[in-house]
Amino acid sequence: MAFYRSHVLVCVDPECLAKGAHEIVDALQDEFVAQGLIDEIQVLETSRIGGCANGPEIMVYPEGIHYHGMTADDIPFLVEEHFLKGRVVERFREVVKPVVDEELGPLRPKEVRVVLRNCGQIDPNNIEDYLAIDGYQALGKALFEMTPEKVIEEVLSSGLRGRGGAGFPAGKKWGLTRQVNDNPKYMVCNADEGDPGAFMNRRVLEGDPHSVIEGMIIGAYAVGASYGYIYCRAEYPVAVETLNIAIAQAREFGFLGNNIFGTDFNFDLEVRVGAGAFVCGEETALMASIMGKRGEPSPRPPFPSVKGVWGKPTNNNNVETYSNVPQIISKGAAWYSSMGTERSKGTKTFAVGGNVVKPGLIEVPMGITLREIIFEVAGGIKDGKKYKAVQTGGPMGGCLTEEHLDLPLDYEALTEAGSMMGSGGLVVMDENSCMVDIARFFMDFTQAESCGKCTPCRVGTRRILELLQKICDGLGEDGDIEKLENLCHEVSRNSLCGLGQGAPNPVFSTLKHFRHEYEAHIYEKRCPAKVCRSLIRYEIQAPACTGCMVCARNCPVEAISGERRQTHHIDAETCIRCGICMQVCNFNAITVES
Amino acid sequence: MVAPTIDREITAVVQAAIEKHGKNYDALIPILSEINHVYGYIPGKAFHEVRQQLHDPLNQIFVSEGQLYSLASFYDMLSTKPRGEHVIKFCENAPCHVVGGKAVWDALKERLNLKNGETTPDAKWTLVTTSCLGLCSVGPVLLIDDDMYGNVTPEQIPDILGRYE
Repeated sequence: MAFYRSHVLVCVDPECLAKGAHEIVDALQDEFVAQGLIDEIQVLETSRIGGCANGPEIMVYPEGIHYHGMTADDIPFLVEEHFLKGRVVERFREVVKPVVDEELGPLRPKEVRVVLRNCGQIDPNNIEDYLAIDGYQALGKALFEMTPEKVIEEVLSSGLRGRGGAGFPAGKKWGLTRQVNDNPKYMVCNADEGDPGAFMNRRVLEGDPHSVIEGMIIGAYAVGASYGYIYCRAEYPVAVETLNIAIAQAREFGFLGNNIFGTDFNFDLEVRVGAGAFVCGEETALMASIMGKRGEPSPRPPFPSVKGVWGKPTNNNNVETYSNVPQIISKGAAWYSSMGTERSKGTKTFAVGGNVVKPGLIEVPMGITLREIIFEVAGGIKDGKKYKAVQTGGPMGGCLTEEHLDLPLDYEALTEAGSMMGSGGLVVMDENSCMVDIARFFMDFTQAESCGKCTPCRVGTRRILELLQKICDGLGEDGDIEKLENLCHEVSRNSLCGLGQGAPNPVFSTLKHFRHEYEAHIYEKRCPAKVCRSLIRYEIQAPACTGCMVCARNCPVEAISGERRQTHHIDAETCIRCGICMQVCNFNAITVES
Repeated sequence: MVAPTIDREITAVVQAAIEKHGKNYDALIPILSEINHVYGYIPGKAFHEVRQQLHDPLNQIFVSEGQLYSLASFYDMLSTKPRGEHVIKFCENAPCHVVGGKAVWDALKERLNLKNGETTPDAKWTLVTTSCLGLCSVGPVLLIDDDMYGNVTPEQIPDILGRYE
């Protein structure tokens, strides 16, 4: 084995790649060759050196010096200083500081990591790392100490429910698929995480792929399946690559293939990559896509556990559900069900975004309140503003208000309040968010993603969007709210799949909790949050304006008039409400009125 | 008219894609993705080739060109229209939107003089929006071919595009 005096580790996670990690690797190699150091120093690609917030990140061993934020152009200087002259380059050195904004930092208050416990702790591309922390022991336990029925019973009594959002008990689903007297049976893992802003599953697939694979193998043993598919969206190329490496290694070690662990149990697995269709996250659409068809949903029943992939019994769970399984088997159902509420057990991962101090990926025990999540785990509302609403459940979820803050995290409690658990997107909004605009934003998304198979969803979402757009444009009329309500009920009742059935939810919940905002838009032609362009105007306040003319010079449509040192005036007719004047004013003299 | 040399090339590309992904119904999307990757879109001739090469009465495999076209038109990542040499995919979802995505999007549109889905007359650039890439912690995010760029500001656009000159 070659001996190197030093090793340079470069983080090649997607965040760092996005900031040029590959260029850094190339520049380092080139420079080491140029300086004649290539035989002494080895450059290695790795994952998760730090938070990637200031990528690219590199780590130099044996010194343990952590550099970040450099570009390929800085590498010759860095190599000369550090590797030739032996001087640490302070400019790029990462100083240990409290973590503020990153995807997955140190454990936050009230966080409990079950699904995310290995992310960032092990090398996802090396199965031996996973084995070193007792990986695949749960599989061994299931195969040698438990019958398939016992495995199902254990998962059932752990209280694990579908983490894709609907919350169907995982053990029950496994039991249903097992019961069906038809062969072969298939396991499907839904890794088509399409909700905007939700990236929990990507993190698990990239950071701990074997936990998902092990969960699927245990599930396959329980339901009697012989083949499996992981359906991963094409927007996650790194996750696809990591999964393929992990599957190849698991096969090499005998965890996949024929006669697993020397028993007569056979199971193999492959990754299916999507081609960009949000609706493929719906289970029947997903299975159609696996079979090489258009990803269009089909009516249920028959449920996948009876007729799924290739018309055979199919068990379909999401990434997070599977990755919980190995720990439930090895630590026992009682351990898992000790966390959470009466009906919702265990933990749930969330991607918190929006106007909070510490956005990012979190994992919290069920039963925790929304208040704890927003104000303790996510650090509260940014810039000292006031909390207004939180959107849970992604584009098919709903907005919850101040009065719901003490609601425990629980499938039923969230549904009763007019939202849903969803796959784990959590968008927090402050007082500057217009709820009609938010509803329009989500409807814009679902309208575009409707697959077009059934009329209520294809046409209905379009009409709802048009109504919302009309209200945002200040053209709302008496009766529009009622029309909106009717339409939403029809779309939700008559659509074929969860996409159409859930699409009106953002409208329902904002109408329920923020009806006065809709009314203000329609009857008073006013946007209370001062967001909707057609309903706001920019005004220059006399005492603060110094007549410096900066706003007038920057106005793209020359709507601002006024002499030097005189108070300026904005012509509302000409103004296109772009807000540039407000940004450039040095005296905060420009305000938005509605 | 497609030049005969391109014809031969398409035949070879389709053949390679089928060999890689298998001669089966469930390989249709991977095969089309592969062709899309090579050409940036799926040429009409390729549908014909896939149909012909997959045709296998012994194993009951029959696909029509219409069926293949319906797949290509359904999935966002498959294109039936020629695309530019470089495809810029911009994430326009909420998390990127709230951290300044709109300004970057406007800068891109202005710089290239393109609207969403259009290609420059010199066939160098195609500009499209994409669904969430899950890189929300480094938004705004854009993808040029297979290169990812994060924390993009409008000022960086000329520099980023310049790398592909």
